[in-house]
Amino acid sequence: MSRAGVQKTLDVSIRQKGFLAASGEKLEVLNNVVFRLEPGEVGAIVGPSGCGKTTLLRIIAGLDADYDGDVMRPAGGKLGFVFQEPRLLPWRSVFDNVRLAAPAASAHEIDGLFALLGLSEHRGHYPGELSGGLARRVSLARAFAAAPDLLVLDEPFVSLDAALAAHLRSELAALVARKPVTTLLVTHDVDEAVALADRIFLLSPRPARIVGEVSIEAPRGARNDGVVKEARVKIARVLE
Amino acid sequence: MALRLVSLALFFALWHVGAQFAGARMLPEPLVVLRAIVEEARSGALFLHLGATLARVLTAFVLAMIVGCALGLLMGRSRAADRIADPWLVILLNLPALVIIVLAYIWAGLTETAAVAAVALNKLPNATVTLREGARALDRQLDEMAQVYCMPFPTRLRHVVAPQLGPYFAAAARSGLSLVWKIVLIVELLGRPNGVGFEIGTAFQLFDVTRILAYAFAFVAVMLAIEMFVVQPFERHVTRWRPKNA
Ligand SMILES: Nc1ncnc2c1ncn2[C@@H]1O[C@H](COP(=O)(O)OP(=O)(O)OP(=O)(O)O)[C@@H](O)[C@H]1O
Ligand SMILES: [Mg+2]
Repeated sequence: MSRAGVQKTLDVSIRQKGFLAASGEKLEVLNNVVFRLEPGEVGAIVGPSGCGKTTLLRIIAGLDADYDGDVMRPAGGKLGFVFQEPRLLPWRSVFDNVRLAAPAASAHEIDGLFALLGLSEHRGHYPGELSGGLARRVSLARAFAAAPDLLVLDEPFVSLDAALAAHLRSELAALVARKPVTTLLVTHDVDEAVALADRIFLLSPRPARIVGEVSIEAPRGARNDGVVKEARVKIARVLE
Repeated sequence: MALRLVSLALFFALWHVGAQFAGARMLPEPLVVLRAIVEEARSGALFLHLGATLARVLTAFVLAMIVGCALGLLMGRSRAADRIADPWLVILLNLPALVIIVLAYIWAGLTETAAVAAVALNKLPNATVTLREGARALDRQLDEMAQVYCMPFPTRLRHVVAPQLGPYFAAAARSGLSLVWKIVLIVELLGRPNGVGFEIGTAFQLFDVTRILAYAFAFVAVMLAIEMFVVQPFERHVTRWRPKNA
């Protein structure tokens, strides 16, 4: 798929992915999920719970090699992954958690991220001393500090209160604007997808395939209620 | 701490009372034993024997921990290694300490090497089993996180894996130290010309209970000091990140 020269895009082409349940039954999870993200593009994957979104991200991140198809990641291959759970090292401080995942980032850069995400006063705390929302923010900071070529986020704002989720969403938009990075975001919140993404991929229930694609043309800074409403209408039309 | 002291005081009080009933020959009073310890210390014999025993304990302990932990980690991570080594482990685990010691002396002679090896071999399976549990309990999710962020191997070992194994290592060390010193005494009794075990053997032949208790308690004190000043601080250090109640 890649043209001459270095791979810049993210090319995903998964024909088939299944799990063997403990009972021995075969569970088909992904079926023909094919898409491409251009450099710096933000894609959102929206789909019902349990349809295979996390499975898809794990394949893209190279954590699961047992599938039928091909995934080409942007050259450089540096990855930032915000897991569905924070996955912090409980025995290392907030700062060390970020530094260990991003040894190339300077303390100054990390502190800048902390300031942006409201983590400055928690710099020296251990993860066990953080609330769930704070832990998620650390996981976000870690992903950004790694200066990734591909940023993958698995429902990063789920189960946060609406105000905090909105705040972090705008922080994420600001971070992506500051330093464009190819980003893939999983969510089941359409508003979140519209607020952040350039393109939205709609997944069917399991086995997941892409049932439609909606582009959001308005720049990320200027997505008012009108844009959101329009996108919702487009999405509803696709899902019909 | 206060409760501990009270409990310890009760122990010595009971001993004192027991001594009145049993008579000095069967069970000397605590103070008599203390005086014997001081006397042995003054002649220098105490330190000679304590030192010899302590050296054996530490050598065998370190040897058993290194080999046992490495083997345990390997068995916990690799299924093939587990299958291959497990029967050996079961045999070693169930072979009485005395059999290993006697065989070691027969095959390798009454040497220091045979003594230390026999003790290490007795301790090794415990360390292996404990660390195998630890390796099996390693967090897959954190492992994936380390993989995604391409952490180099030394970083992973030091910051992801080692902290998870810390408590298992501490558990193996604690039970190991007490086990090793008990076995070292038997080894010394059977085939060494010095050490606490040798002294107790001599005292046994002379039916000298005071001397037996003096050496036993002197060494218990040494082990207590190691536990308090080495093992416990290590344990506190590796669990310092755990949230505490205010
Ligand atoms: N290791 C596994 N073994 C067997 N089945 C699995 C495994 N991992 C996931 N599944 C199944 O695959 C399906 C998709 O799981 P996945 O975690 O990808 O869903 P999801 O879309 O991320 O859901 P959610 O929105 O709830 O996070 C589920 O039905 C799940 O039960
Ligand atoms: Mg999921």
